[in-house]
Amino acid sequence: MSVVYKKSKLLTDTPFHYCPGCAHGIAHKLVAETLEELGQEGNVIGIAPVGCAVFAYNYFNCDMQQAAHGRAPAVATGVKSVYPDKTVFAYQGDGDLASIGMAEIVHAAARGTNITVVFINNAIYGMTGGQMAPTTLEGQKSTTCVYGRKPEINGSPIKVAELLATLDGPSYIARCALDTVKNIRAAKAAVKKAFQNQLDGKGFSLVELLSSCPTNWHMSPLEAMKFVGGEMTKIYPLGVFKNID
Amino acid sequence: MSEKKLMKGNEAIAEAAVRGGCRYYFGYPITPQNEIPEYMSWRLPEVGGVFIQAESEISAINMVYGAAGAGGRSMTSSSSPGVSLKQEGISYICGAELPCVIINMVRGGPGLGGIQPAQSDYFQAVKGGGHGDYKMLVYGPATVQEAVDIVYGAFDKAEQYRLPVMILGDGMLGQIMEAVTLPEMRKPGDIKVPEWATVGTHTGADRKIINSLYIEPDVLEALNRTLYARYAAMSEAETMVEEYRVSDAEVIITAYGTVARIAKSTVDILRAAGVKAGLIRPITLYPFPSATYRAAAKKRSVKEFITVELSMGQMVEDVRLAVNGKKPVKFYGRSGGNVMTPEDIARFVTEGK
Ligand SMILES: Cc1ncc(C[n+]2csc(CCOP(=O)(O)OP(=O)(O)O)c2C)c(N)n1
Ligand code: SF4
Repeated sequence: MSVVYKKSKLLTDTPFHYCPGCAHGIAHKLVAETLEELGQEGNVIGIAPVGCAVFAYNYFNCDMQQAAHGRAPAVATGVKSVYPDKTVFAYQGDGDLASIGMAEIVHAAARGTNITVVFINNAIYGMTGGQMAPTTLEGQKSTTCVYGRKPEINGSPIKVAELLATLDGPSYIARCALDTVKNIRAAKAAVKKAFQNQLDGKGFSLVELLSSCPTNWHMSPLEAMKFVGGEMTKIYPLGVFKNID
Repeated sequence: MSEKKLMKGNEAIAEAAVRGGCRYYFGYPITPQNEIPEYMSWRLPEVGGVFIQAESEISAINMVYGAAGAGGRSMTSSSSPGVSLKQEGISYICGAELPCVIINMVRGGPGLGGIQPAQSDYFQAVKGGGHGDYKMLVYGPATVQEAVDIVYGAFDKAEQYRLPVMILGDGMLGQIMEAVTLPEMRKPGDIKVPEWATVGTHTGADRKIINSLYIEPDVLEALNRTLYARYAAMSEAETMVEEYRVSDAEVIITAYGTVARIAKSTVDILRAAGVKAGLIRPITLYPFPSATYRAAAKKRSVKEFITVELSMGQMVEDVRLAVNGKKPVKFYGRSGGNVMTPEDIARFVTEGK
């Protein structure tokens, strides 16, 4: 019997705590498989965020640090200072990265720090129970904008990939979606490119992954994936926003 | 080779850190400590280290978290408003049991305050500052030489107890130029990477995790008990205090840092005038040398304690706790960046104002 598929060695055997239909699990898998394919087992330090992925340190089979809310890029910068030859990544949600941690991500990107950031945009604060995120869509309901996000009150969604792509520091910025097999394959390629850039010493790379939060969107897993592909991609177009070679 | 040099406090502290093994510095400019990041920016690359000017003090302390978690000897420095911003990170560093060195060249507050010397961050340094039950090893050096000696050994202490060592200085200590004997550069081979560090090579059961999240109440309580046992051991081993002309003293003046130097002159002035004065100078502010005060308070000869600070009265609370009502404890302070003279203190002692 031949093995056609097996779990990446870069994932531990700890079961994920994520809700059914949550894209965090898919994103973890992509990161782990990529690190394994790039031969990085035993050469990685990951940074977990504050958010639903806070327990990422239990899932990735590598040395891990857990950072304060939004500070993962600064923590990753500290780690990379000590070990420039190790692969260092930060895994962050949209509240973590685009709200409380906006300064940290912008400046890590501006410095061109040679780290890789995996950015989960699920348009909501998952862990704290569905409050508005800086990425919540106009009209989208949350527990702190119960009638839907109104630009005149709540401002408009922040487009992180486009924003960071205006900087000279990053070597690679892309946005992908985790809704269909095709898109997940494309996301895997983008994650791989991002890590490859780090291995090649090209500097800061980030992949924004449009993700689902069926629990706080009050949708079934299927509806949630349709929302990612149907509604989110309208505001957050997929593509590569920066790629220096 | 140790060498004697005339150096500004801030620069001497920076050099002492480098010689003590510091290779990673992260900071953000603020007066009156700018000479530290400025010095580190060229000095660390000379010895194979890394200097990063962070986008904020929040970021700087989190870079320290990352580098310290990776096992690098890491340091940051700032002054009061910046140290306020570091409090979140300090709490996480204490929760994750990471070693580092933090310099606070205190300036007057609250708010933006002023840029002149102050001691008004004492509470923040020794009582917590950030959230949760934690302590740091806090020193209040009085001279540039003492600051150099403390900073040189600070990384060893931080690693021994797995907590931040804070140097609570002030604008005077940072700006004054004094002759200092610089210690020898530590040999890289003498400094071991701690076994708990995330060096990136571990997988499976060997994985290292730097973390301060403990969802299970019993586990978090156990961590807090471990930390407090460590603080108790630290109190036994690390408490430092200087006593000056205390043996027959009737009036005990007490002060720390540069203010203690002024108070020492006051002791001499008062002695010359026939007043039996003495000085107790805490060198560690946490652990606080309570036993020294307790012993002094028990003596029949001692009539009163006078705490002198560049604040509205902070360390005086720890002095009162130690003296425990056995003798009166008075307070004399200046704030806003004003500094008292030896004569001001002498007048307070003799005239009560
Ligand atoms: C300083 C601080 N403020 C607030 C919180 C509470 N908090 C925990 S997770 C979170 C939001 C996380 O949302 P996001 O980054 O979008 O990640 P998700 O849970 O959706 O994956 C907040 C506000 C915190 N832990 N620390
Ligand atoms: S709350 Fe949302 S983001 Fe968090 S695990 Fe559940 S589905 Fe995923």
